[in-house]
Amino acid sequence: MSTETTAPAPSTGKGTESHSRRWTGLGWGFVAKLLVMMIVNAFGVSAIMSAWNAQAWVILGASIVLLVVADWVYFSRRMLPLKYIYPGLVFLLVFQVFTMIYTAYVATTNYGAGHNVSKAQAIDAALIQAEREVDGSPSYPLAVVRDGDTIGFAISEDGVVEVGTSEEPLAEVDGSVDDSGRPTEVDGWEIVKVNELLSDQALAQEVTDLRVPVSDEADDGSLRTREGSTAKVYRSSLVWDEEADTLTDVDSGVVYTPNDRGTFVGDDGSTLPAGWYVNVGFENFTKAVTDPEYSKPLLKVTAWTFAFAILTVASSFLLGLFFALVFNDDRIRGKKTLRTLFILPYAFPAFLTALLWRGMLNPEFGIINKWFFFGADINWLGDPWLARFSILFVNLWLSYPYWFLVCTGALQSLPSETTEAAKIDGAGRWRQFRSITFPLLLVSTAPLAIASFAFNFNNFTIIYMLTNGGPRFEDTSVPLGSTDILISAIYQISGVAGGRADYGLAAALSIVVFVVVGLVSALAFRQTKKLEEF
Amino acid sequence: MATTAPTTGTSNRFQHTRRSRWWLEVGWKYPLAALIIFYAAFPLVFVLSASLDERGSLAGTQRLFGSISFENYQNLNDTLFWTWVGNTLFIGLSAAIGAVLMGAAAAYAFSRFRFQGRRSSLTGLLILQMFPQTVAFVAVFLLLISLGEVIPALGINSKIALICVYLGTALGSNTFLMYGFFNSIPQEMDEAAKIDGASHSQIFWGMIMPLVRPVLAVVGLLAFVSAFGDFILARIILVSSENWTLAVGMYQWVSDQLTARWGIFSAGTVIAALPVLVLFLALQRYIVGGLTAGSVKG
Repeated sequence: MSTETTAPAPSTGKGTESHSRRWTGLGWGFVAKLLVMMIVNAFGVSAIMSAWNAQAWVILGASIVLLVVADWVYFSRRMLPLKYIYPGLVFLLVFQVFTMIYTAYVATTNYGAGHNVSKAQAIDAALIQAEREVDGSPSYPLAVVRDGDTIGFAISEDGVVEVGTSEEPLAEVDGSVDDSGRPTEVDGWEIVKVNELLSDQALAQEVTDLRVPVSDEADDGSLRTREGSTAKVYRSSLVWDEEADTLTDVDSGVVYTPNDRGTFVGDDGSTLPAGWYVNVGFENFTKAVTDPEYSKPLLKVTAWTFAFAILTVASSFLLGLFFALVFNDDRIRGKKTLRTLFILPYAFPAFLTALLWRGMLNPEFGIINKWFFFGADINWLGDPWLARFSILFVNLWLSYPYWFLVCTGALQSLPSETTEAAKIDGAGRWRQFRSITFPLLLVSTAPLAIASFAFNFNNFTIIYMLTNGGPRFEDTSVPLGSTDILISAIYQISGVAGGRADYGLAAALSIVVFVVVGLVSALAFRQTKKLEEF
Repeated sequence: MATTAPTTGTSNRFQHTRRSRWWLEVGWKYPLAALIIFYAAFPLVFVLSASLDERGSLAGTQRLFGSISFENYQNLNDTLFWTWVGNTLFIGLSAAIGAVLMGAAAAYAFSRFRFQGRRSSLTGLLILQMFPQTVAFVAVFLLLISLGEVIPALGINSKIALICVYLGTALGSNTFLMYGFFNSIPQEMDEAAKIDGASHSQIFWGMIMPLVRPVLAVVGLLAFVSAFGDFILARIILVSSENWTLAVGMYQWVSDQLTARWGIFSAGTVIAALPVLVLFLALQRYIVGGLTAGSVKG
């Protein structure tokens, strides 16, 4: 502490001067921190700006809060613990806490196919969908033009070149046209060649989707093209009346009013395809239980989920325990080698295991039928009960090594005095196991068994990779099958990978899974009493 | 010994009973071990044999090692396999490094600082980690669609976005594993360093981090393996085939019964599984310790 101290110099500093005299304010650490914070701020500010541009208010608010807190935490002297927790906390809040809350929100809406945008966006979509070519519209010679990533249309009317994009209505610019009136040179824009349009599908799609407003007035319609060489004026047959909150079809006179389901319904009973999501309360939950299309398959799926998770844990635990009991014997030679060979399946990546077994269980060419069943044509993955059995069998192969390792460890840590005392008291081997070894073993393995149950409850990989949830239920149109567990059912219903999307119902089922897993974990939580450690 | 040594009748009988006792108590375990090893290893032997088979179809691979050729391995070059390996390594390593750094920093804070809300934050983390992130994949998907409109790098079909999603679980699942380990390093060392003039960041980077290397390795490995094995999030987030990870890509190879490509799948499996297998077996002792504490797989 004082300058007279002759203790060896501290590892972090040089010289014998007191540390209180040394100026340590701005070291390399500070420079590094400053650099990192500069990058973070640059990223944060750009995120805030683009959120502003995209009018994404929630993201805007979240980015501002996160950035301000970050600067406050790292430049104040007081928030020491948060300096270490904050980076992980940001990811935790955004990608775990928020997604859980958002799941609960989506579960109360009818978010899904036909209802996947907000109301304002749905109105825009309805107006676009109702666009028709205006009768007698002249056809303008067209050139597609480009400026960086923005594409636009250049047309000519009586030799005058006009350019517009989806954002900017048509405006006059300098340029030249050829004999047919097609613009060949446009000031400030690059002309996209027709060949390029033909060869680049994505670009062609972008061009056919492009709508260039004729003027600032929406009623003037917009220019569209089908083939990229001529443009015509299109106008929506629907008119949006903001005051009355209705859409009116000017051709047929039908007035469409919004209903509380997020759809525009006309006075003739017809509906518009574009809808928006609305709050439907607990309807998704009741739909899962009462809708005959869903309730029966979902009941079967739920039952199988529990059966799968319980049977997997029970079978692999018992097999692993049996192997551990047999081979926890000092008289056996080469125990280490044996153990390494026993746990081979565990070291093999799980998704590859499932795919590999899918091939081996193939009824026609798979080696399981050829090697072990004399070439019999057993349809392992095509029959509902055999498919369930196959899944349990493959999962047993995959997870018994885990229990073998865990039980071996637990057996070795059991006190030998109790078993010896039992032996002296004349207990047989079975009695020793049943009354002493097994109960003691359960104490240390029960929390792991519960965790394993929770894991298998959501073991999407093995189900999806082995059977895809199939064979499909035949008595329903819902894309579910005999081996689907809840999470794979959610995957199918949500439609995130194609098919009809029903995010609302999928999120509602996620909530159910959360509740089950939460309850089971709470059980484990009480068991382990981890809280006592703090 | 019993058969060669000249012995009297009684000792011969004694040897005999000893032998049968040996069989009863220990000997039968060796045939059982052989059976278990067959059960554990035959799928792996099969996939190795299939990868060396020149025909490359499921039907042609029923005879073990019927032909030895490296054609399947060469054919991997015509596919996107190595791109997927690169993606998987990039995503897995980034997720692992991020999880290690963020988990260690949080564990350091919880272990070394006493602050308001420490106990409740720990309890909160413990509760949060019970809820698997994958179940909320619908919300993750919708969130990334909205984020992508603002920050394209965090949208659907971005590897960075997938890494960020994986990092969402870093704090919940790893803090506890590390917290216990950090607590086992005596506080007195920190105090000694503090007296010597070290700042909190110098203590963290210079002293604690080197001491907790074993737990860092375990957490990194577990994070890598879970990213390596994840299918559902990778599948919905990574859309175009050049962004896929191995799990998504190799699923595509065999999911369609009509065009299943077993030859290259087997070759790819051998290449993808071998490093993981070796790493796992080499580090089995640490991993089992980590598993029993965090129970990630099983």
